[in-house]
Amino acid sequence: MDAITVNNVSKRFGDVRALRHVSLSIPEGKVYALLGPNGAGKTTLIKILTTLLAPDSGSVAVGGYDVVENPRQVRRIIGLAGQFAAIDDHLTGRENLEMVARLYHLSRRQARERARSILEQLDLAGAANRTGRTYSGGMRRRLDLGASFITSPRILFLDEPTTGLDPRGRAELWQVIRGLILEGTTLQLTTQNLEEAEELADRIAIIDHGQVIAEGTAAELKDRIGGSVLEFRIPSDGNLEKAMAATSDLFTGQAEADAAVMRISGAVDSTSQALKEVVRRLDREQIRIADIHLRRPTLNEVFLALTGKEAEE
Amino acid sequence: MTKGSYMSTRMHARVKNNIFDVLMLTRRNLKRYIRIPQLLVFSTVQPVMFLLLFNYVFGGAISISTGTGSYIEFLLPGILMQVALFGSTATSVGLADDLSKGMVDRFRSLPIARSSVLAGRTSADLIRNLFVVLLMVGVGTLLGFRFQGGFFHGVAALVLVLLFGYSFSWISATIGLTVRDPETVQVASFIWIFPLVFASGAFVPVQTMPSWLQDFAAHQPVTVTVDALRSLMLYGTTDYIGQALLWIAGILIVFILLAVRAYKRIT
Repeated sequence: MDAITVNNVSKRFGDVRALRHVSLSIPEGKVYALLGPNGAGKTTLIKILTTLLAPDSGSVAVGGYDVVENPRQVRRIIGLAGQFAAIDDHLTGRENLEMVARLYHLSRRQARERARSILEQLDLAGAANRTGRTYSGGMRRRLDLGASFITSPRILFLDEPTTGLDPRGRAELWQVIRGLILEGTTLQLTTQNLEEAEELADRIAIIDHGQVIAEGTAAELKDRIGGSVLEFRIPSDGNLEKAMAATSDLFTGQAEADAAVMRISGAVDSTSQALKEVVRRLDREQIRIADIHLRRPTLNEVFLALTGKEAEE
Repeated sequence: MTKGSYMSTRMHARVKNNIFDVLMLTRRNLKRYIRIPQLLVFSTVQPVMFLLLFNYVFGGAISISTGTGSYIEFLLPGILMQVALFGSTATSVGLADDLSKGMVDRFRSLPIARSSVLAGRTSADLIRNLFVVLLMVGVGTLLGFRFQGGFFHGVAALVLVLLFGYSFSWISATIGLTVRDPETVQVASFIWIFPLVFASGAFVPVQTMPSWLQDFAAHQPVTVTVDALRSLMLYGTTDYIGQALLWIAGILIVFILLAVRAYKRIT
Protein backbone atom coordinates (compact mmCIF):
# COMPACT_ATOMS: atom_id res chain seq x y z
CA MET A 1 0.00 0.00 0.00
CA ASP A 2 1.13 3.54 -0.64
CA ALA A 3 1.96 5.54 2.47
CA ILE A 4 1.03 8.81 0.80
CA THR A 5 -1.22 9.51 -2.18
CA VAL A 6 -1.48 13.01 -3.55
CA ASN A 7 -4.21 13.35 -6.15
CA ASN A 8 -4.42 16.45 -8.36
CA VAL A 9 -3.73 18.94 -5.57
CA SER A 10 -3.76 22.69 -6.19
CA LYS A 11 -3.17 25.55 -3.77
CA ARG A 12 -3.26 29.26 -4.40
CA PHE A 13 -2.14 32.19 -2.22
CA GLY A 14 -3.74 35.29 -3.70
CA ASP A 15 -2.32 35.51 -7.20
CA VAL A 16 0.44 33.00 -6.59
CA ARG A 17 -0.33 29.47 -7.70
CA ALA A 18 1.80 27.63 -5.17
CA LEU A 19 0.78 24.15 -6.37
CA ARG A 20 -0.75 23.19 -9.70
CA HIS A 21 -2.37 19.77 -10.16
CA VAL A 22 0.26 17.85 -8.22
CA SER A 23 -0.12 14.07 -8.11
CA LEU A 24 2.31 11.72 -6.39
CA SER A 25 2.32 8.37 -4.69
CA ILE A 26 4.89 7.37 -2.16
CA PRO A 27 5.30 3.70 -1.24
CA GLU A 28 5.51 2.55 2.37
CA GLY A 29 9.02 2.29 3.74
CA LYS A 30 10.67 4.33 1.00
CA VAL A 31 12.53 7.62 1.03
CA TYR A 32 11.10 10.20 -1.29
CA ALA A 33 12.71 13.55 -2.03
CA LEU A 34 10.98 16.66 -3.33
CA LEU A 35 13.69 18.56 -5.13
CA GLY A 36 13.26 22.11 -6.31
CA PRO A 37 14.46 25.70 -6.05
CA ASN A 38 13.27 28.19 -3.45
CA GLY A 39 9.61 29.03 -3.89
CA ALA A 40 8.87 25.96 -6.00
CA GLY A 41 6.04 24.86 -3.69
CA LYS A 42 7.85 22.17 -1.68
CA THR A 43 7.00 23.59 1.73
CA THR A 44 3.38 24.20 0.71
CA LEU A 45 3.07 20.54 -0.25
CA ILE A 46 4.65 19.37 3.02
CA LYS A 47 2.27 21.62 4.98
CA ILE A 48 -0.70 20.10 3.17
CA LEU A 49 0.57 16.56 3.81
CA THR A 50 1.03 17.31 7.52
CA THR A 51 -2.47 18.88 7.92
CA LEU A 52 -1.12 22.41 8.53
CA LEU A 53 -2.75 23.71 5.35
CA ALA A 54 -5.84 22.60 3.47
CA PRO A 55 -5.59 22.15 -0.30
CA ASP A 56 -7.90 24.28 -2.50
CA SER A 57 -8.71 21.24 -4.61
CA GLY A 58 -7.62 17.65 -4.99
CA SER A 59 -7.23 15.05 -2.26
CA VAL A 60 -4.43 13.74 -0.08
CA ALA A 61 -4.29 10.52 1.91
CA VAL A 62 -1.54 9.94 4.47
CA GLY A 63 -1.36 6.44 5.93
CA GLY A 64 -4.80 5.80 4.46
CA TYR A 65 -6.42 8.81 6.19
CA ASP A 66 -7.70 11.84 4.30
CA VAL A 67 -5.85 14.93 5.58
CA VAL A 68 -8.93 17.15 5.42
CA GLU A 69 -11.50 14.67 6.76
CA ASN A 70 -9.35 13.05 9.38
CA PRO A 71 -6.51 15.38 10.40
CA ARG A 72 -6.33 14.07 13.96
CA GLN A 73 -5.73 10.51 12.78
CA VAL A 74 -3.04 11.73 10.40
CA ARG A 75 -1.28 13.67 13.17
CA ARG A 76 -1.09 10.51 15.27
CA ILE A 77 1.04 8.67 12.71
CA ILE A 78 3.30 11.41 11.37
CA GLY A 79 6.28 13.39 12.56
CA LEU A 80 7.33 16.76 11.16
CA ALA A 81 10.62 18.62 11.28
CA GLY A 82 9.84 21.96 9.65
CA GLN A 83 12.12 24.44 7.96
CA PHE A 84 12.97 26.11 11.27
CA ALA A 85 14.45 24.08 14.07
CA ALA A 86 11.38 24.28 16.29
CA ILE A 87 12.91 23.92 19.71
CA ASP A 88 12.23 25.98 22.82
CA ASP A 89 15.27 28.10 23.71
CA HIS A 90 14.39 28.14 27.38
CA LEU A 91 13.91 24.42 27.86
CA THR A 92 16.80 21.98 28.04
CA GLY A 93 17.33 19.45 25.26
CA ARG A 94 15.80 16.75 27.42
CA GLU A 95 12.80 18.92 28.39
CA ASN A 96 12.15 19.77 24.75
CA LEU A 97 11.90 16.09 23.83
CA GLU A 98 9.92 15.14 26.94
CA MET A 99 7.40 17.91 26.26
CA VAL A 100 6.73 16.67 22.73
CA ALA A 101 6.53 13.07 23.97
CA ARG A 102 4.02 14.06 26.65
CA LEU A 103 1.92 15.92 24.08
CA TYR A 104 1.74 12.61 22.18
CA HIS A 105 0.40 11.29 25.52
CA LEU A 106 3.27 9.02 26.39
CA SER A 107 3.46 8.39 30.12
CA ARG A 108 6.01 10.31 32.14
CA ARG A 109 8.26 7.24 32.33
CA GLN A 110 7.98 6.44 28.62
CA ALA A 111 8.69 10.07 27.77
CA ARG A 112 11.79 10.15 29.92
CA GLU A 113 13.01 6.86 28.47
CA ARG A 114 12.42 7.93 24.83
CA ALA A 115 14.09 11.31 25.38
CA ARG A 116 17.12 9.61 26.89
CA SER A 117 17.58 7.11 24.08
CA ILE A 118 17.06 9.72 21.35
CA LEU A 119 19.56 12.13 22.91
CA GLU A 120 22.03 9.26 22.91
CA GLN A 121 21.23 8.34 19.31
CA LEU A 122 21.70 11.98 18.23
CA ASP A 123 24.95 12.32 20.13
CA LEU A 124 23.39 15.01 22.32
CA ALA A 125 23.53 13.16 25.65
CA GLY A 126 26.30 15.48 26.86
CA ALA A 127 24.13 18.54 26.17
CA ALA A 128 20.89 17.04 27.51
CA ASN A 129 20.65 19.44 30.45
CA ARG A 130 21.68 22.59 28.62
CA THR A 131 19.00 25.01 27.42
CA GLY A 132 18.23 25.18 23.71
CA ARG A 133 19.74 28.59 23.24
CA THR A 134 23.22 27.28 23.99
CA TYR A 135 22.95 24.79 21.10
CA SER A 136 24.79 25.26 17.80
CA GLY A 137 22.87 25.28 14.51
CA GLY A 138 23.65 21.61 13.88
CA MET A 139 22.66 20.58 17.41
CA ARG A 140 19.35 22.47 17.10
CA ARG A 141 18.58 20.64 13.85
CA ARG A 142 19.37 17.28 15.37
CA LEU A 143 17.24 17.98 18.44
CA ASP A 144 14.39 19.14 16.20
CA LEU A 145 14.72 15.96 14.17
CA GLY A 146 14.68 13.96 17.40
CA ALA A 147 11.43 15.63 18.45
CA SER A 148 9.88 14.69 15.11
CA PHE A 149 10.51 10.95 15.54
CA ILE A 150 10.01 10.74 19.30
CA THR A 151 7.07 8.32 18.90
CA SER A 152 8.69 6.41 16.00
CA PRO A 153 6.03 7.67 13.57
CA ARG A 154 5.15 5.60 10.52
CA ILE A 155 5.73 8.56 8.23
CA LEU A 156 8.24 11.29 8.78
CA PHE A 157 8.36 14.65 6.97
CA LEU A 158 11.58 16.64 6.88
CA ASP A 159 11.41 20.08 5.28
CA GLU A 160 14.90 21.07 4.11
CA PRO A 161 16.55 19.29 7.03
CA THR A 162 20.09 20.44 6.29
CA THR A 163 19.60 23.95 4.91
CA GLY A 164 22.00 26.35 6.59
CA LEU A 165 24.29 23.66 7.96
CA ASP A 166 28.00 23.40 7.25
CA PRO A 167 29.24 20.24 5.46
CA ARG A 168 30.08 18.55 8.75
CA GLY A 169 26.67 19.28 10.26
CA ARG A 170 25.08 18.06 7.05
CA ALA A 171 27.04 14.80 7.13
CA GLU A 172 26.07 14.23 10.78
CA LEU A 173 22.42 14.76 10.01
CA TRP A 174 22.56 12.44 7.01
CA GLN A 175 23.88 9.74 9.28
CA VAL A 176 20.91 10.13 11.63
CA ILE A 177 18.50 10.07 8.70
CA ARG A 178 20.11 6.91 7.29
CA GLY A 179 19.54 5.28 10.69
CA LEU A 180 15.83 6.09 10.44
CA ILE A 181 15.70 4.67 6.92
CA LEU A 182 17.14 1.41 8.20
CA GLU A 183 14.35 1.25 10.79
CA GLY A 184 11.85 1.26 7.92
CA THR A 185 10.31 4.71 8.44
CA THR A 186 8.64 6.16 5.36
CA LEU A 187 10.44 9.41 4.79
CA GLN A 188 9.44 12.38 2.73
CA LEU A 189 12.05 15.12 2.58
CA THR A 190 12.44 18.32 0.64
CA THR A 191 15.75 19.70 -0.45
CA GLN A 192 17.36 22.21 -2.75
CA ASN A 193 20.45 20.10 -2.67
CA LEU A 194 20.93 17.49 -5.39
CA GLU A 195 23.61 15.56 -3.59
CA GLU A 196 21.25 15.20 -0.65
CA ALA A 197 18.46 13.84 -2.83
CA GLU A 198 20.83 11.42 -4.54
CA GLU A 199 22.42 10.31 -1.24
CA LEU A 200 19.22 9.64 0.67
CA ALA A 201 16.26 9.14 -1.60
CA ASP A 202 14.87 6.09 -3.39
CA ARG A 203 12.76 8.31 -5.63
CA ILE A 204 12.92 11.98 -6.51
CA ALA A 205 10.26 14.38 -7.75
CA ILE A 206 11.56 17.58 -9.31
CA ILE A 207 9.16 20.39 -8.55
CA ASP A 208 9.21 23.87 -10.07
CA HIS A 209 6.62 26.65 -10.14
CA GLY A 210 4.19 24.45 -8.26
CA GLN A 211 4.33 21.57 -10.72
CA VAL A 212 6.01 18.20 -10.68
CA ILE A 213 8.08 18.31 -13.84
CA ALA A 214 9.88 14.98 -13.49
CA GLU A 215 9.69 11.98 -11.24
CA GLY A 216 11.74 8.82 -10.85
CA THR A 217 14.92 7.33 -9.42
CA ALA A 218 18.12 9.35 -9.80
CA ALA A 219 19.20 7.01 -12.60
CA GLU A 220 15.87 7.33 -14.44
CA LEU A 221 16.00 11.12 -14.21
CA LYS A 222 19.49 11.08 -15.67
CA ASP A 223 18.29 8.96 -18.57
CA ARG A 224 15.56 11.46 -19.27
CA ILE A 225 17.89 14.06 -20.72
CA GLY A 226 19.29 11.77 -23.37
CA GLY A 227 21.76 9.69 -21.46
CA SER A 228 25.08 11.47 -22.09
CA VAL A 229 26.83 14.76 -21.61
CA LEU A 230 29.44 15.92 -24.07
CA GLU A 231 32.06 18.16 -22.60
CA PHE A 232 35.10 19.80 -24.21
CA ARG A 233 37.71 22.38 -23.32
CA ILE A 234 39.74 24.63 -25.62
CA PRO A 235 43.11 26.28 -24.88
CA SER A 236 43.00 29.49 -22.81
CA ASP A 237 43.86 31.68 -25.82
CA GLY A 238 40.95 30.23 -27.85
CA ASN A 239 37.62 31.89 -28.70
CA LEU A 240 34.90 30.28 -26.55
CA GLU A 241 32.02 32.21 -28.16
CA LYS A 242 33.04 31.07 -31.61
CA ALA A 243 33.27 27.48 -30.38
CA MET A 244 29.78 27.79 -28.84
CA ALA A 245 28.31 29.24 -32.04
CA ALA A 246 29.81 26.42 -34.10
CA THR A 247 28.51 23.57 -31.92
CA SER A 248 25.40 24.72 -29.97
CA ASP A 249 22.88 23.12 -32.36
CA LEU A 250 24.37 19.68 -31.71
CA PHE A 251 23.21 19.62 -28.08
CA THR A 252 19.71 18.38 -27.27
CA GLY A 253 19.18 21.03 -24.59
CA GLN A 254 20.87 24.26 -23.74
CA ALA A 255 24.68 24.00 -23.70
CA GLU A 256 26.61 25.67 -20.95
CA ALA A 257 29.82 27.67 -21.43
CA ASP A 258 32.23 28.13 -18.53
CA ALA A 259 34.75 30.84 -19.46
CA ALA A 260 36.81 30.30 -16.30
CA VAL A 261 37.97 26.89 -17.47
CA MET A 262 37.23 27.43 -21.23
CA ARG A 263 34.70 24.59 -21.19
CA ILE A 264 31.47 23.89 -23.03
CA SER A 265 29.15 21.13 -21.92
CA GLY A 266 25.65 19.94 -22.68
CA ALA A 267 23.41 16.95 -23.14
CA VAL A 268 23.59 14.98 -26.36
CA ASP A 269 21.65 12.10 -27.78
CA SER A 270 23.80 9.06 -26.99
CA THR A 271 23.02 7.39 -30.30
CA SER A 272 24.07 10.46 -32.31
CA GLN A 273 27.37 11.17 -33.90
CA ALA A 274 27.73 14.37 -31.82
CA LEU A 275 31.28 13.68 -30.67
CA LYS A 276 32.57 13.15 -34.19
CA GLU A 277 30.64 16.16 -35.48
CA VAL A 278 31.96 18.50 -32.73
CA VAL A 279 35.52 17.52 -33.59
CA ARG A 280 34.87 18.04 -37.33
CA ARG A 281 33.30 21.51 -36.83
CA LEU A 282 35.92 22.80 -34.42
CA ASP A 283 38.56 21.62 -36.86
CA ARG A 284 36.82 23.49 -39.67
CA GLU A 285 36.74 26.70 -37.54
CA GLN A 286 40.38 26.09 -36.70
CA ILE A 287 39.68 25.89 -32.98
CA ARG A 288 42.04 23.58 -31.16
CA ILE A 289 40.70 21.10 -28.58
CA ALA A 290 42.40 20.70 -25.18
CA ASP A 291 40.15 17.89 -23.96
CA ILE A 292 36.93 16.20 -25.09
CA HIS A 293 34.82 13.39 -23.66
CA LEU A 294 31.36 11.89 -23.20
CA ARG A 295 30.04 11.12 -19.69
CA ARG A 296 26.86 10.38 -17.70
CA PRO A 297 25.02 13.59 -16.68
CA THR A 298 24.99 14.81 -13.10
CA LEU A 299 21.67 15.41 -11.39
CA ASN A 300 22.48 19.10 -11.52
CA GLU A 301 22.45 18.97 -15.29
CA VAL A 302 19.12 17.18 -15.24
CA PHE A 303 17.84 19.95 -13.04
CA LEU A 304 19.22 22.66 -15.30
CA ALA A 305 17.80 21.02 -18.40
CA LEU A 306 14.35 20.68 -16.82
CA THR A 307 14.00 23.95 -14.92
CA GLY A 308 16.35 26.26 -16.83
CA LYS A 309 18.19 27.15 -13.64
CA GLU A 310 20.98 25.89 -11.44
CA ALA A 311 20.19 23.97 -8.28
CA GLU A 312 21.85 25.04 -5.08
CA GLU A 313 25.44 23.78 -4.98
CA MET B 1 -21.79 -1.22 26.43
CA THR B 2 -24.32 0.94 24.58
CA LYS B 3 -23.21 3.22 21.85
CA GLY B 4 -24.15 6.30 23.90
CA SER B 5 -21.98 5.41 26.86
CA TYR B 6 -19.12 4.50 24.54
CA MET B 7 -19.36 7.96 22.99
CA SER B 8 -19.46 9.66 26.36
CA THR B 9 -16.41 7.68 27.52
CA ARG B 10 -14.58 8.86 24.43
CA MET B 11 -15.68 12.45 24.98
CA HIS B 12 -14.55 12.18 28.57
CA ALA B 13 -11.12 10.92 27.50
CA ARG B 14 -10.82 13.70 24.97
CA VAL B 15 -11.66 16.43 27.50
CA LYS B 16 -9.17 14.92 29.93
CA ASN B 17 -6.49 14.89 27.24
CA ASN B 18 -7.23 18.50 26.28
CA ILE B 19 -6.87 19.68 29.87
CA PHE B 20 -3.64 17.73 30.16
CA ASP B 21 -2.29 19.35 26.96
CA VAL B 22 -3.17 22.85 28.19
CA LEU B 23 -1.39 22.14 31.49
CA MET B 24 1.72 20.87 29.67
CA LEU B 25 1.84 23.95 27.46
CA THR B 26 1.17 26.31 30.37
CA ARG B 27 4.07 24.77 32.23
CA ARG B 28 6.28 25.14 29.19
CA ASN B 29 5.40 28.85 28.89
CA LEU B 30 6.00 29.50 32.59
CA LYS B 31 9.41 27.82 32.56
CA ARG B 32 10.70 30.78 30.58
CA TYR B 33 10.32 32.94 33.71
CA ILE B 34 12.25 30.45 35.79
CA ARG B 35 15.03 30.16 33.19
CA ILE B 36 15.40 33.93 32.69
CA PRO B 37 14.73 35.39 36.13
CA GLN B 38 15.75 38.83 34.82
CA LEU B 39 12.59 38.81 32.72
CA LEU B 40 10.39 38.48 35.79
CA VAL B 41 12.48 40.92 37.82
CA PHE B 42 12.38 43.69 35.24
CA SER B 43 8.77 43.14 34.31
CA THR B 44 7.84 43.50 37.99
CA VAL B 45 10.18 46.41 38.73
CA GLN B 46 8.34 48.46 36.10
CA PRO B 47 4.87 48.42 37.72
CA VAL B 48 6.39 48.93 41.18
CA MET B 49 8.12 52.00 39.72
CA PHE B 50 4.81 53.23 38.29
CA LEU B 51 3.14 52.77 41.65
CA LEU B 52 5.87 54.71 43.49
CA LEU B 53 6.12 57.48 40.89
CA PHE B 54 2.38 58.01 40.59
CA ASN B 55 1.91 57.98 44.34
CA TYR B 56 4.70 60.41 45.20
CA VAL B 57 4.84 62.59 42.09
CA PHE B 58 1.16 63.05 41.24
CA GLY B 59 -0.34 62.01 44.60
CA GLY B 60 -0.24 65.47 46.12
CA ALA B 61 -1.89 67.14 43.17
CA ILE B 62 -4.49 64.47 42.50
CA SER B 63 -5.72 63.59 45.98
CA ILE B 64 -7.48 66.96 46.11
CA SER B 65 -9.92 65.94 43.38
CA THR B 66 -10.40 62.23 44.17
CA GLY B 67 -12.36 62.75 47.34
CA THR B 68 -10.75 59.68 48.98
CA GLY B 69 -8.57 60.11 52.02
CA SER B 70 -5.22 59.53 50.36
CA TYR B 71 -4.20 59.00 46.75
CA ILE B 72 -2.89 55.45 47.34
CA GLU B 73 -6.44 54.26 48.02
CA PHE B 74 -7.56 55.65 44.71
CA LEU B 75 -4.38 54.60 42.90
CA LEU B 76 -3.87 50.93 43.80
CA PRO B 77 -7.00 49.60 42.03
CA GLY B 78 -5.92 51.59 38.96
CA ILE B 79 -2.39 50.22 39.10
CA LEU B 80 -3.74 46.67 39.39
CA MET B 81 -5.70 47.27 36.19
CA GLN B 82 -2.63 48.65 34.46
CA VAL B 83 -0.54 45.66 35.55
CA ALA B 84 -3.16 43.20 34.31
CA LEU B 85 -3.48 44.97 30.94
CA PHE B 86 0.24 45.43 30.34
CA GLY B 87 0.70 41.80 31.39
CA SER B 88 -1.80 40.66 28.79
CA THR B 89 0.42 42.01 25.99
CA ALA B 90 2.87 39.19 26.81
CA THR B 91 0.35 36.84 25.15
CA SER B 92 0.75 38.42 21.72
CA VAL B 93 4.53 38.63 21.95
CA GLY B 94 4.80 35.01 23.09
CA LEU B 95 2.57 33.74 20.29
CA ALA B 96 4.29 35.82 17.61
CA ASP B 97 7.61 34.49 18.87
CA ASP B 98 6.40 30.88 18.67
CA LEU B 99 5.06 31.53 15.19
CA SER B 100 8.27 33.04 13.87
CA LYS B 101 10.39 30.23 15.34
CA GLY B 102 8.29 27.41 13.90
CA MET B 103 7.06 26.19 17.32
CA VAL B 104 3.46 26.72 16.27
CA ASP B 105 3.95 24.48 13.21
CA ARG B 106 5.36 21.79 15.46
CA PHE B 107 2.41 22.06 17.86
CA ARG B 108 -0.07 22.06 14.99
CA SER B 109 1.42 18.83 13.65
CA LEU B 110 0.83 17.08 16.99
CA PRO B 111 -2.41 15.23 17.83
CA ILE B 112 -3.61 17.95 20.23
CA ALA B 113 -6.59 20.33 20.03
CA ARG B 114 -5.84 23.50 18.13
CA SER B 115 -7.18 25.63 20.97
CA SER B 116 -4.81 24.13 23.54
CA VAL B 117 -1.81 26.16 22.34
CA LEU B 118 -3.79 29.38 22.82
CA ALA B 119 -5.24 28.24 26.13
CA GLY B 120 -1.77 27.23 27.35
CA ARG B 121 -0.42 30.65 26.48
CA THR B 122 -3.22 32.69 28.05
CA SER B 123 -3.22 30.49 31.18
CA ALA B 124 0.51 31.04 31.65
CA ASP B 125 0.00 34.79 31.37
CA LEU B 126 -2.85 34.60 33.86
CA ILE B 127 -0.58 32.92 36.40
CA ARG B 128 2.14 35.47 35.75
CA ASN B 129 -0.44 38.25 36.27
CA LEU B 130 -1.51 36.66 39.56
CA PHE B 131 2.08 36.86 40.76
CA VAL B 132 2.49 40.51 39.77
CA VAL B 133 -0.92 41.54 41.15
CA LEU B 134 -0.09 39.99 44.54
CA LEU B 135 3.26 41.76 44.51
CA MET B 136 1.56 45.09 43.81
CA VAL B 137 -0.91 44.52 46.63
CA GLY B 138 2.09 43.91 48.91
CA VAL B 139 3.84 47.10 47.84
CA GLY B 140 0.57 49.04 48.03
CA THR B 141 0.06 47.84 51.60
CA LEU B 142 3.52 49.14 52.50
CA LEU B 143 2.49 52.52 51.06
CA GLY B 144 -0.56 52.62 53.30
CA PHE B 145 -3.30 50.93 51.31
CA ARG B 146 -5.89 49.00 53.32
CA PHE B 147 -8.70 46.72 52.08
CA GLN B 148 -11.45 48.67 53.82
CA GLY B 149 -14.12 46.61 52.12
CA GLY B 150 -13.06 43.48 53.97
CA PHE B 151 -11.18 40.31 53.10
CA PHE B 152 -13.71 38.56 50.86
CA HIS B 153 -14.50 41.66 48.85
CA GLY B 154 -10.75 42.17 48.46
CA VAL B 155 -10.33 38.62 47.12
CA ALA B 156 -13.26 39.16 44.77
CA ALA B 157 -11.57 42.32 43.48
CA LEU B 158 -8.35 40.43 42.73
CA VAL B 159 -10.29 37.71 40.92
CA LEU B 160 -12.09 40.39 38.91
CA VAL B 161 -8.90 42.15 37.83
CA LEU B 162 -7.31 38.82 36.85
CA LEU B 163 -10.39 37.88 34.82
CA PHE B 164 -10.22 41.25 33.10
CA GLY B 165 -6.54 40.71 32.26
CA TYR B 166 -7.36 37.20 31.04
CA SER B 167 -10.03 38.51 28.66
CA PHE B 168 -7.50 41.02 27.30
CA SER B 169 -5.02 38.18 26.76
CA TRP B 170 -7.39 36.91 24.08
CA ILE B 171 -7.46 40.31 22.35
CA SER B 172 -3.71 40.23 22.57
CA ALA B 173 -3.62 36.68 21.17
CA THR B 174 -5.71 37.78 18.19
CA ILE B 175 -3.29 40.64 17.54
CA GLY B 176 -0.24 38.43 17.90
CA LEU B 177 -1.61 35.88 15.44
CA THR B 178 -2.56 38.60 12.95
CA VAL B 179 0.55 40.80 13.12
CA ARG B 180 2.96 37.86 13.61
CA ASP B 181 6.28 39.71 13.77
CA PRO B 182 7.34 39.72 17.46
CA GLU B 183 8.89 43.20 17.44
CA THR B 184 6.00 44.80 15.56
CA VAL B 185 3.60 43.12 17.95
CA GLN B 186 5.37 44.67 20.92
CA VAL B 187 5.05 48.17 19.46
CA ALA B 188 1.48 47.56 18.27
CA SER B 189 0.37 46.43 21.74
CA PHE B 190 1.10 49.78 23.30
CA ILE B 191 -0.88 51.67 20.70
CA TRP B 192 -4.15 50.21 21.93
CA ILE B 193 -3.24 49.55 25.57
CA PHE B 194 -2.00 53.06 26.45
CA PRO B 195 -5.13 55.04 25.54
CA LEU B 196 -7.31 52.44 27.25
CA VAL B 197 -5.31 52.61 30.48
CA PHE B 198 -4.67 56.36 30.61
CA ALA B 199 -7.92 57.71 29.15
CA SER B 200 -9.77 55.99 31.97
CA GLY B 201 -10.55 56.45 35.62
CA ALA B 202 -7.52 54.32 36.57
CA PHE B 203 -5.30 57.16 37.79
CA VAL B 204 -7.46 60.29 37.88
CA PRO B 205 -11.19 60.94 38.24
CA VAL B 206 -12.85 61.03 34.82
CA GLN B 207 -14.62 64.31 35.76
CA THR B 208 -11.32 66.19 35.51
CA MET B 209 -11.03 65.41 31.75
CA PRO B 210 -12.38 67.56 28.90
CA SER B 211 -15.99 66.68 28.18
CA TRP B 212 -15.34 65.02 24.77
CA LEU B 213 -12.87 62.66 26.43
CA GLN B 214 -15.18 62.02 29.38
CA ASP B 215 -17.73 60.45 27.05
CA PHE B 216 -15.20 57.83 26.02
CA ALA B 217 -13.43 57.50 29.36
CA ALA B 218 -16.54 57.05 31.47
CA HIS B 219 -17.93 54.19 29.43
CA GLN B 220 -14.91 52.18 28.36
CA PRO B 221 -14.30 48.82 30.08
CA VAL B 222 -11.18 49.86 32.02
CA THR B 223 -13.07 52.63 33.85
CA VAL B 224 -16.08 50.43 34.55
CA THR B 225 -13.89 47.66 35.92
CA VAL B 226 -11.64 49.93 37.98
CA ASP B 227 -14.78 51.47 39.51
CA ALA B 228 -15.96 47.96 40.37
CA LEU B 229 -12.56 47.28 41.97
CA ARG B 230 -12.76 50.44 44.08
CA SER B 231 -16.24 49.61 45.16
CA LEU B 232 -15.12 46.15 46.34
CA MET B 233 -11.76 47.11 47.81
CA LEU B 234 -12.67 50.39 49.50
CA TYR B 235 -16.35 50.17 50.35
CA GLY B 236 -17.20 46.48 50.33
CA THR B 237 -20.03 47.14 47.86
CA THR B 238 -20.68 45.54 44.49
CA ASP B 239 -21.40 48.58 42.30
CA TYR B 240 -20.42 48.25 38.63
CA ILE B 241 -19.63 44.53 39.01
CA GLY B 242 -22.42 43.45 36.68
CA GLN B 243 -21.23 45.84 33.97
CA ALA B 244 -17.61 44.79 34.40
CA LEU B 245 -18.52 41.10 34.16
CA LEU B 246 -20.57 41.79 31.03
CA TRP B 247 -17.59 43.47 29.39
CA ILE B 248 -15.34 40.56 30.35
CA ALA B 249 -17.80 37.97 29.04
CA GLY B 250 -18.31 39.92 25.81
CA ILE B 251 -14.58 40.30 25.18
CA LEU B 252 -13.97 36.61 25.94
CA ILE B 253 -16.70 35.38 23.59
CA VAL B 254 -15.70 37.62 20.68
CA PHE B 255 -11.95 37.30 20.96
CA ILE B 256 -11.73 33.58 21.74
CA LEU B 257 -13.61 33.03 18.48
CA LEU B 258 -11.41 35.50 16.58
CA ALA B 259 -8.17 34.12 18.04
CA VAL B 260 -9.08 30.51 17.27
CA ARG B 261 -10.07 31.52 13.75
CA ALA B 262 -6.76 33.38 13.26
CA TYR B 263 -4.92 30.33 14.60
CA LYS B 264 -6.66 28.02 12.15
CA ARG B 265 -5.83 30.33 9.28
CA ILE B 266 -2.09 30.32 9.84
CA THR B 267 -0.38 29.34 6.62
